[in-house]
Amino acid sequence: MTSAAKLSLDHMDRLSGFGQAGHIDAFVYRPTTVDEIREVFALARSSNRRVTLRGSGRSYGDASTGRERLVIDITRMNRILSFDKATGVVEAEAGVTIEGLWRYCLEDGWWPPVVTGTMYPTLAGALGMNVHGKNNFCKGTIGEHILELEVLFPSGELAILTPADDRLFAVISSAGLLGVITRVKLQMHHVASGKLKVYAEAFKNWDEQFAIFEKYEKESDYMVSWVDCFGRGNQAGRGQFHAAWYEHREDLFSRRADKQDLPALILGFFPKSMMWKIFRWFNNRTGMRLINWAKFKASSTLGNHKTIDQGLVEFSFLLDYVPDWRRAYEPGGFIQYQTFVPREHAKRVFAEQVRLQQEAKLESFLGVMKRHRPDKFLLTHAVDGYSLALDFKVTEKNRAKLWELAHKMNDVVLAAGGRFYFAKDSTLRPSDVSAYLGDALPKFQKLKSEVDPEGLLTSDLAERVMLVD
Amino acid sequence: MKYQTAIVIGASSGIGREIVRILAAKGVKVAAVARRKALLDELVTEFPSLVQAYEHDVVQTHDVPGLFLEITKNLGGLDLFVYNSGVMPEVAATEYSFDKDLHMVNVNILGAIAWCNQAAERFQNTKHGYLVGIGSVAGDRGRMLQPVYNASKSFLHTYLEALRNRLSRHGVVVSTIKPGPVDTELAAHMSMKKMSAHHAAEICVSKFTKNGEHYLAFFHRFAFYIIKRIPSPIFRKLKI
Repeated sequence: MTSAAKLSLDHMDRLSGFGQAGHIDAFVYRPTTVDEIREVFALARSSNRRVTLRGSGRSYGDASTGRERLVIDITRMNRILSFDKATGVVEAEAGVTIEGLWRYCLEDGWWPPVVTGTMYPTLAGALGMNVHGKNNFCKGTIGEHILELEVLFPSGELAILTPADDRLFAVISSAGLLGVITRVKLQMHHVASGKLKVYAEAFKNWDEQFAIFEKYEKESDYMVSWVDCFGRGNQAGRGQFHAAWYEHREDLFSRRADKQDLPALILGFFPKSMMWKIFRWFNNRTGMRLINWAKFKASSTLGNHKTIDQGLVEFSFLLDYVPDWRRAYEPGGFIQYQTFVPREHAKRVFAEQVRLQQEAKLESFLGVMKRHRPDKFLLTHAVDGYSLALDFKVTEKNRAKLWELAHKMNDVVLAAGGRFYFAKDSTLRPSDVSAYLGDALPKFQKLKSEVDPEGLLTSDLAERVMLVD
Repeated sequence: MKYQTAIVIGASSGIGREIVRILAAKGVKVAAVARRKALLDELVTEFPSLVQAYEHDVVQTHDVPGLFLEITKNLGGLDLFVYNSGVMPEVAATEYSFDKDLHMVNVNILGAIAWCNQAAERFQNTKHGYLVGIGSVAGDRGRMLQPVYNASKSFLHTYLEALRNRLSRHGVVVSTIKPGPVDTELAAHMSMKKMSAHHAAEICVSKFTKNGEHYLAFFHRFAFYIIKRIPSPIFRKLKI
């Protein structure tokens, strides 16, 4: 953008969330400087359109889409500005991705303190959603590791926020509705080696699963479990648990980025890039019942109670392991549904959620459970408890039934004092959001009226759940 | 359904008006664009939550880009675009009225380019959409009765063919529909057997999602297959 931004059709693009369950058209602008972001705001005013912020588009639902609006895509602001190898403090433009961070820093022994299941989110997007990883129970969310943020508010103010400023705790977690995060100063986590020790154990039901999490939560660095949502009766809640620990032995070789990269072939001959086409054949209820069953059988025999060495990348970014796997869900796409439930109610709520899925014959094809801790971000999703993340295939036929199921599951979660996560959402209703956010909602709206008095920033999600007018 | 939002240019009467009614009855959100606002308002009254009316004369080509942006914003997207505007003033077999001809060029050609270019650029960038032009069997041959009307429809067919060749690779469908005589204002002065506007519109709608050129009846396809192939020395002696 050399001159002032113009509203023209050559900026149009078709966008969707990561789940590809809905597509919209919008005018996409990719600024490279703060001034160019200001130009997009000016264009929004002159063309009487609102603005949606987008990073890599890794939110599953409609959080980064804005139908017929201006979309600011931050991915061209992708420079690392400084990196202190002694302290692990990195300063970067907010369009730098988690991949950009680890590739730049790992060789010197620094790893992002919190990573998502895919390495492609931008820092701006990760902070907008305040993402968590498999270490949420001990390291919190990514927002807890921020030393400084530069934020351009639509009011025109370019603010430098630190953890001493309340507004930092609102901008992080508010899904890009308060201001554009343009620069980030982040404390990385020191690692001696690029490897983790990973322990696997199968469990037969919910009781066993929760017992394993409780056993390892004091001493592990990462915890996650896979849940087979087709298990019923005394097999309900079966699956496989993984805990992981950083290696403390100095190992430069494994920290090199090229040693972390995964092979493009499976078993040495089959290209991974073709796997989604095979995955597609199984991407139905019967096929997935079979795959989940086979995975459970394998995990309860072959790999059970075993500890292996795994690269940080291989363990962390499971969603990047099979390229294009999302395409197996075409044409309808899929939604992810993740709920966060306090510790004392989690077992009952998750068991009920899985029962409701089975009753509706809409079992999630993939279930993932994690342990969480609360934090003080304004629109936080976290609780002292557990989350269950579920993937549901969307088809033209099942769409209405699926949304109905989600709403039923919401009610169970809300009754237990649970919370939801905008990055994963496609189904929340305004009443769900106001119920779990409580007092935070008017606080958010008051702050929004100060930093964005014209209400320029919005998104399809924000309008769906009525976070904005 | 393959489309949820649509623009129909030339929606106040004839085939265009019926297309709007058929689309709205299917639940499609339609922007109806035409000169005669009062006639559009009747459509809005019939489908208040689905039809939006925009008063516009297609000869005002400079207004098109702004209006296109306004309409697509109000519709919340665009999946289907139909250019249906067309005029065919009565011309005698010995008449050469430049005013009448210019008007046909303005409406049938320049208006079509102004609008279809907008839709084409948008669809190319958004990688989806159905672009439809209502041509005519009259464009298949230069005939003694309607030199400029024939040529204007022939232009439209060739122009849309070129758009189809540009846009198919981007996932966009371009459909050219060539009605024969239809009982509308356009053909009011023609005395021959005509198809009803509603029936014609129903067939048109069924062709919207199909790439290529389409006739409305097998008889037309068959007749014009032959007419197109009549050698010129013979054709010029005929009175068709």
